[in-house]
Amino acid sequence: MKRHALSTRLWHWVNLLSLIVLFMSGLNISNAHPRLYWGQWGFAPEQAWLEVPRFPGWATIPGYYNLAAARDWHVLFAWVFALSLLAFMIASLMNGHFRRDIATRRAEWAPGAVWADIRAHVRLQFEHAGAKYNFLQKAAYGVVLFVLLPAMILTGMAISPGMGAAWPFLTDVFGGRQSARSIHFIAAWSLLAFLLLHVALVLIHKPLKHLREMITGGREHEAA
Amino acid sequence: MKRRSVLAGIAAAFTAGCTKIGETDTFRGLVDGAETLHRGAHRLVGGRRPMAREFTVADLSPDFRGNGTIAIPTDAYQAQLAAGFPAWRLAVTGLVERPLSLSLDHLQALPQRTQITRHDCVEGWSAIGQWTGPRLATILQMARLREDARYIVFRCADTLAGVPYYESCDLDDALHPQTLIAHRLNGEPLPEKNGAPLRLRIERQLGYKHAKYLTGIEAVASLDGIGQGGGGYWEDRAGYQWYGGI
Repeated sequence: MKRHALSTRLWHWVNLLSLIVLFMSGLNISNAHPRLYWGQWGFAPEQAWLEVPRFPGWATIPGYYNLAAARDWHVLFAWVFALSLLAFMIASLMNGHFRRDIATRRAEWAPGAVWADIRAHVRLQFEHAGAKYNFLQKAAYGVVLFVLLPAMILTGMAISPGMGAAWPFLTDVFGGRQSARSIHFIAAWSLLAFLLLHVALVLIHKPLKHLREMITGGREHEAA
Repeated sequence: MKRRSVLAGIAAAFTAGCTKIGETDTFRGLVDGAETLHRGAHRLVGGRRPMAREFTVADLSPDFRGNGTIAIPTDAYQAQLAAGFPAWRLAVTGLVERPLSLSLDHLQALPQRTQITRHDCVEGWSAIGQWTGPRLATILQMARLREDARYIVFRCADTLAGVPYYESCDLDDALHPQTLIAHRLNGEPLPEKNGAPLRLRIERQLGYKHAKYLTGIEAVASLDGIGQGGGGYWEDRAGYQWYGGI
């Protein structure tokens, strides 16, 4: 059996592309109105809880300010992002990936075990026996898969006036349209923070092996 | 080394590639497909006729921001504004059995609807206002839409870069019970910045669809002959999506 199932590998790379396109086109959209508010409404500086900096062309799609084109990229890749996540979730429920690799065991939550895991990470010791992922990995992947990624989709839908009419409860769940927009930004930056940490940890611990395995699938008995 | 500038260089190369892809016809086709898919999904999950959320007086924003055109500095408009628009007419033309020319008095004598709704700008901000006016459906009934009418085009008195503003919608939105020809905001006659004397309220779509300073409503079978065929001022000039519900 492969270390990473085909469904996991396909989704991993499609999702990376989607997240980058969505993030960079999102920065262009942010430039159209770089202020964030809480509640249903907000339009003036004194109502904002955050003045967002203006993002430079090299960080945005397209590479110059164009709200219409940025929205085109954003609403196109929203479909790629959401449908590929849905397919990955169904596949991972069926092939046992979530149950086997992501779900935590009761013993892993013991403070002593968590503390030992944190100390091992700080000492950059990533070798561990037994399960594929250690507790911190499971927790990070769990938060990304079941909190941050769904939050991006649901807050994105809550911002849309068409969806706001179709599913008004969705906007209410987030505390209003401007709150949903703020949470959309916070979750997006949280995902970028995860991405940077994820890449950094791969780079300091067998980067070529991890990269090869996420492409070819690798072999289960190679798992350290 | 300058790791940050290397990262910025990779991002810049990526965005340059995306910018090029974005200019191809294939990409335009994909984007139009995605827009249609979103619109279809909104109609599908919302059932027959979803209503935009309505609020209470307590939810009103302290001001209602004006955007796009916020003043019409011509003598003719300013004289009408000062006099309360006695000579303003809303023309109803195109594929209708009975073309109309409606004064403000006439529009105010029709059955009125008042609704407190949230206005969502494509830029990202929102404001909440109370709108009063006749339903567009009432006016279209009076004019008797012909069978071949598919879209309603809105003509405006304001000009941007020398071109009068225009917008359009399908009959699903035109006949929607919350789609109004509004003449009051928060109980007062519409202010100049919000489109005096008449503006469209099309509550399930973004702000640029809510045409202001309305002078005419035109029923058409196709948007091909309107402007450059995109269905609206910003659709034709900046490439905004015609379906403003996303």
